[in-house]
Amino acid sequence: MDLSNFMMMYQELGLLVVFVVLLLFDICAGETRGMRWFRPVAIVLFALHTAAGFFCPVPAGEAFGGMYVSNPLTVLMKNVLNLGVLVVFLQAGAWLHGKETAIREGEYYVITLATLLGMYLMISAGNFMLLYIGIELASLPTACLAAYNKYKAKSAEAGAKYILMSTLASGVMMFGLSYLYGAMGTMYFADMRPLVTADWMTLLGFCFFFAGLAFKISLVPFHMWAPDVYEGAPTATTAYLSVVSKAAGCFALLLTLHHVFGNIAQVWYYILWVITVLTIVVGNIFAIRQQDIKRFFAYSSISQAGYIMLGVLHGTEMGLSAVIYYVLVYLFSNMAAFGVIASVENRTGRTDIAAYNGFYKSNPRLALVMMLAVFSLAGIPPLGGFFSKFFIFASAAAEGDYVLVFIALVNTIISLYYYLRIVKAMFINAPEGGIGERIRTDGYNCVSLVGCTAGILLAGILSGLYGYIGSVGF
Amino acid sequence: MNILSILVIIPLLTLLALFVSRNQRYVRTVAVAGFGLQLLCAVAVAVQFLRLRAVSDEAMLLFSDMVWYAPFNIHYTVGVDGISVLMILLSAVVAFAGVFSSWNMERDFFAWYSLLSIGVFGYFISLDLFAMFMFYEIALIPMFLLIGVWGTGRKEYAATKLTLMLMGGSAFLLTGILGIYFTSGATTMNIMEIAQAGNIPMNHQYWIFCLTFIGFGVLGAMFPFHTWSPDGHASAPTSVSMLHAGVLMKLGGYGCFRVAIFLMPQAAHELSWIFLILTGIGVVYGAYGAVVQTDLKYMNAYSSVSHCGLVLFAILMLNQTAMTGAVLQMLSHGLMTALFFSLIGMIYGRTHTRDIREMGGMMRIMPFASVCYVIAGFASLGLPGFSGFVAEMTIFIGSFEHADLFRRVLTILATTTIVVTAVYILRTVGKVFYGEVQNPDHLKLDDAHWYERLSAVALIACIVAIGVWPSAVQGILYDSFAPVVEHLNIF
Repeated sequence: MDLSNFMMMYQELGLLVVFVVLLLFDICAGETRGMRWFRPVAIVLFALHTAAGFFCPVPAGEAFGGMYVSNPLTVLMKNVLNLGVLVVFLQAGAWLHGKETAIREGEYYVITLATLLGMYLMISAGNFMLLYIGIELASLPTACLAAYNKYKAKSAEAGAKYILMSTLASGVMMFGLSYLYGAMGTMYFADMRPLVTADWMTLLGFCFFFAGLAFKISLVPFHMWAPDVYEGAPTATTAYLSVVSKAAGCFALLLTLHHVFGNIAQVWYYILWVITVLTIVVGNIFAIRQQDIKRFFAYSSISQAGYIMLGVLHGTEMGLSAVIYYVLVYLFSNMAAFGVIASVENRTGRTDIAAYNGFYKSNPRLALVMMLAVFSLAGIPPLGGFFSKFFIFASAAAEGDYVLVFIALVNTIISLYYYLRIVKAMFINAPEGGIGERIRTDGYNCVSLVGCTAGILLAGILSGLYGYIGSVGF
Repeated sequence: MNILSILVIIPLLTLLALFVSRNQRYVRTVAVAGFGLQLLCAVAVAVQFLRLRAVSDEAMLLFSDMVWYAPFNIHYTVGVDGISVLMILLSAVVAFAGVFSSWNMERDFFAWYSLLSIGVFGYFISLDLFAMFMFYEIALIPMFLLIGVWGTGRKEYAATKLTLMLMGGSAFLLTGILGIYFTSGATTMNIMEIAQAGNIPMNHQYWIFCLTFIGFGVLGAMFPFHTWSPDGHASAPTSVSMLHAGVLMKLGGYGCFRVAIFLMPQAAHELSWIFLILTGIGVVYGAYGAVVQTDLKYMNAYSSVSHCGLVLFAILMLNQTAMTGAVLQMLSHGLMTALFFSLIGMIYGRTHTRDIREMGGMMRIMPFASVCYVIAGFASLGLPGFSGFVAEMTIFIGSFEHADLFRRVLTILATTTIVVTAVYILRTVGKVFYGEVQNPDHLKLDDAHWYERLSAVALIACIVAIGVWPSAVQGILYDSFAPVVEHLNIF
């Protein structure tokens, strides 16, 4: 073992450095005036870390005997997650400065970074044990994030729900992994791949393992926790759960399906096909009648996860780039929406959809951002969401799966209906019951909203982004 | 830069200019300047096209190509033939007239209106399936807010219904487009190249043809997918009705022709009978539906279903004469309906009713609007000298060229609608314009303002021009249909 093994992990190490620095800062500054500087320092450090991921090449290869894998694909995936976390940090500040949470401001950043480290390990794992540790590290602190508003019963409830469900899921997953180990006698991806056959033990192990990951991605029927947790958790955490955590789960699933279970693709294809259809349909149908905007976005993001599965399903290179591109555009769109929701919630404490009645009259800019976000989620051109949907459908159609594409497309129409509900509330409805006051967003949130809006508008029209993603293969 | 791309850039610049416009005067100036420029540009395209047509026998002129997404062979490809040039002219005229019909609208209205125009013009110039589909959807979505915010009556219901039905159509369409791309070998998205290769397997052609034809047919108000049309048109504000009935419905007919029939000719040949029956029902049903309406806008919307049904009906006849008639009908219907809606808007803006039973004697109250309405009515029922006559005549002659009984019977059934059209048009004209004055308050109303007159006169001029000089249209069309008909005759 030499130093080059660690060089491969420099993203993890960089994250660790940021983590330690912020932790020390938080401890040393305590409740002094020094805490004023915490937020800018945290954001600048993390932004530097994100930029380093994009611009510093990482040596590809395996470290620690195949336990840890690094290649351009994993780096790209981590960069996408970094972007998501950066936006969460930008949006979280206003809420964290509030009376109840100000005293624990620093912890939020530190805990989030800890979960991010777990996600890094999920993506870079070359062994199921490391993958499992990554998932645990990504899940357990997330419960703290969900329960962060500890004086609110709903937030505490969300935290409790999340931790119960996620430990259950990881227990099931561990059980599945024990079957896989029993069938093949190894946990290394590279060693397992040739040994995978469609015998019952492997299949059982696969199903349990998949259920564990499906929980993280909130695929139907493992989605039950999502609406309650999304509703109760602080908005920044909801955004984090719906984008970053979900994306990490998708990436891990994509990689394990391809790297380990490639031999039995025709078997898991059918399982995933059914799950995909269920996810899209159930997510969409339940979203229609939601009155709380965070719950609404919970169901909407369930159905979005279903669309992502369209690209995962066939395990092709085309699907891979479509998935990463989809996640990136989804990140911009969902984060833009949550940025607006967070501003409104911080100012007025309201999260019901009726609060947005006449929103365009009182806050034209925020309303436009929100409209672009939901239209992008619905797949309306020329916004990024249209392109990402097209590519993901094309990746499924390339394998001749026209029925699935058609089902998914019909569902985009259903989704359009409920996304239009938001637009209707903002633009058409009379301002009765709406918030009606002008909302000021702080500078950080403005930066995040401008960034996300630029992403929504330009991700599709400029083909360079997809070209960049497409240049990276398995 | 290619002159065709300018057609997309002008509305885009108008949109941006509107965002920085503060007061109403400025908004109007920007809108008039933008759409006026667009009209000039459209005329320039037509002139340029005719000049090139004289020396070139390429299928598509003013061609330009740019790679966009290489992994999917998506290009930004533009080019026009006679059909697209005519559609561009029509769109420019109607959009320009629409600005004057919505003179008092606010900034946001014109912003969405410009976005809609980007979609419409982009659609007609695109030769790439992906770009075409993208522009198609761009044209649809502003409709939701245009109707939802500035509409009348049950506007929210109508806006949602219209948007969802049309987007539902595009779900069919996108599946079809992906089918076309992958079954033809996934090498190109260019319509002309796919048509030339003609290698879509027969078993795939059937379902792809049905999906794409239905997908575009929804926008072309094909029976039984026409139900968005009456509600949508009735609730929309004046200029949106004009643009929607006048131009947007043509996107459907154009797409059916350019994609469904052109790329899947064998399937079109074998399955045309199904859709002929459906469109035939639409033609007759629309006409009878119009007879029983009491609301002027509903009447006109049903009449649109009938006339637009005739467009698809003619396209499905798959011969040169009928298809030429279809293009003429698109032009004629586009101008005529736009005129109708603009006049109904004028009347409604003053009387605040569109109910035929509550109006009468309008000829005395607002002579200008009334005379225009009578002219539009005559064009609609196919009086010689107006565009409607030329179009319907060509269509029926073309359809009757088929020797088989099925098509001849259908044609005869379709021709009966001329009589029905005369019934509802003449009855309305008699009741609303020449009858007794129903409401004494109406006597105080004023006639059309200058901007409304401008809009009406521009449209009437075009209707009469096509009516008395159809060979000009033929000149632009020239042999645009030749490659298609050749393609079809192989089978």
